[in-house]
Amino acid sequence: MSRTFLGMPGAAPRSGDEGFPERAARALRDSQLRFNLRKATRTIRARRAGVVAELPDWAELRRAGKEIKDHTLRHLDTYLIQLEEAVTKAGGHVHWAADAAEANRIVAGIVKATGETEVVKVKSMATQEIGLNEALLAEGVTAYETDLAELIVQLGDDWPSHILVPAIHRNRSEIREIFTRRMAEWGRPAPEDLPDDPPALAEAARLHLRERFLSTKVAISGANFAVAETGTLVVLESEGNGRMCLTLPETLITVLGIEKLVPTWRDLEVFLQLLPRSSTGERMNPYTSTWTGATEGQEFHLVLLDNGRTGVLADEVGRQALRCIRCSACLNVCPVYERVGGHAYGSVYPGPIGAILTPQLRGMGSELDRSLPYASSLCGACYEVCPVAIDIPSVLVELRAKGRHHLAERTGMAAAGWVLERSGRLARMQRLGGRLRKLAPGRLPGPLGGWTDTRDLPPIPEESFRDWWNRTDGGRR
Amino acid sequence: MSSRERILARVRAAVAGAPDPEIPRGYRGPGALPADGVVDLFAERVRDYRAVVRVLPESEAAEQVARSLAERRAGRVVVPGGFPRALLTAPDVQWVTDDPPLTAAALDAVDGVVTTCAVAVAETGTIVLDAGPGQGRRALTLVPDYHLCLVRAGQIAPGVPDALARLDPVRPQTWISGPSATSDIELNRVEGVHGPRTLEVLILT
Ligand code: SF4
Repeated sequence: MSRTFLGMPGAAPRSGDEGFPERAARALRDSQLRFNLRKATRTIRARRAGVVAELPDWAELRRAGKEIKDHTLRHLDTYLIQLEEAVTKAGGHVHWAADAAEANRIVAGIVKATGETEVVKVKSMATQEIGLNEALLAEGVTAYETDLAELIVQLGDDWPSHILVPAIHRNRSEIREIFTRRMAEWGRPAPEDLPDDPPALAEAARLHLRERFLSTKVAISGANFAVAETGTLVVLESEGNGRMCLTLPETLITVLGIEKLVPTWRDLEVFLQLLPRSSTGERMNPYTSTWTGATEGQEFHLVLLDNGRTGVLADEVGRQALRCIRCSACLNVCPVYERVGGHAYGSVYPGPIGAILTPQLRGMGSELDRSLPYASSLCGACYEVCPVAIDIPSVLVELRAKGRHHLAERTGMAAAGWVLERSGRLARMQRLGGRLRKLAPGRLPGPLGGWTDTRDLPPIPEESFRDWWNRTDGGRR
Repeated sequence: MSSRERILARVRAAVAGAPDPEIPRGYRGPGALPADGVVDLFAERVRDYRAVVRVLPESEAAEQVARSLAERRAGRVVVPGGFPRALLTAPDVQWVTDDPPLTAAALDAVDGVVTTCAVAVAETGTIVLDAGPGQGRRALTLVPDYHLCLVRAGQIAPGVPDALARLDPVRPQTWISGPSATSDIELNRVEGVHGPRTLEVLILT
């Protein structure tokens, strides 16, 4: 079987030969990244807690969400066929893609048949997973990302680091710099003397993208849910770029992972409550669009994507990862993620969910994928917040047992503990009068190497992670 | 074997013998939330999104539409088919209809759009448009920078389950909860990226 492609960029520092510890080491050196991540994850965490506490029936919604997904997966063949029938009846075209290459071929074929060479895209993890933009480029088609964060990432030749806030690793002055330098190459240039306050930057993005929205004839999206009984697709978003892509172009292509189905329209009453509250910590996201088949004169194509999912489905313990609704709540509570960010996980799926989904989708062939199940302290916070009750720690333990490998055990086993310890030390060093620069080594040794630069600091006492976490407020005290 | 057959066969092999759980629906389903107080709750929740909200008797609707558009200095305003003509009394406004359909560029050149809605949700402060009378196709409430939306008190459902039960899944829907927003830059919320930057909701009692 060919290796499942998961949107791993080819650049050397991100190759699969490098394990999680090495990637984490690089991320930890980046104090801007750590500052942004901490601010962002803490903010979203607090917001989520507030709106979740508002609903007296959260536990019941979570239980229903879990079981609806398990039920759907149990009968996925039936529901896929039902969805196909409903979409076709409503005038849409349904395509099936076994892997990334086939999905890319199908999408490129549809775009080329329209004669267009430009498409607009709304943020979609499935299309990132299959490396669609790169595949389209090879066919002479330019894909324009339209989420503000994705735009920042794309203009900066960069890689997303968070499911929900992909440019979380960039601060405002970096964003201004990227806009000023690169917007002109891609379309309408940034205004002269662009200030670096967020409203001005958002306005620059609005103007840059507006002409493109009004003129582009083909759009590509993912979807959050697909209702089998009615053939209805559902997209939740904030900015309105999703609506622009779904509404204005003449042709719409939606790439949908086969695990995104729900049986009935009614089931949305569970997920439209679970997802926004878990994700952005809002009672409801600004915009949700639903459509069924060819809508308002548009041509509609639905590409159903496997790309390793049926393999995950075959694993009794691991299959629960397919319940994931990509809310990113598990990222925001993860003490390891908060310190190293998304890039260390080496795929489009970062954080705790990435640590269980990536190795399962891709197989445990590379050093990175074998080390990912160790990128956790098994503290269980991810399981507690997960709106569909994915028991991430149990899957991690199972994957560790499966992927037993001497190098992974030697360096990987300690990866999470090392990350936590290292960042705790960094924080303390920073408090010791900002001598970080002088103290931090120019070349980072391996995770189990000696830390001569921190020798004079008090050692971390032996205690459980939970105790340590509570006592130190996650290493911040 | 086609990819369709291959994927379906893999699914069947993967789930053979897997448990088949019952779906417990112990949460507050349709009809479980109290219907009284929805107007106040809805108004409060929409305000939380930093939208403009006014509650007024239905008899004053025409007057308020005129006042709101004047305040906004909106001179050219899109009116979808089926919008109640009696409410279009504003003296200095040029009403733009979507028949024949306006181009995207033409929509981009108007000052705003006025619509009704299909359903609203009190608990989440959401209005739902389903392209029914007075709402128009989806682009009408997307491209203009200002959206004035009229919600009758009777259209406000207490919670999300109640709203879904009232809606027809086959109609294209847009659920709107406040003006478009982004938090992509250092997590600062900025209102208005690509959708209307100002949302004004008139609740008619
Ligand atoms: S695993 Fe759960 S918490 Fe994490 S992104 Fe998926 S649904 Fe959200």
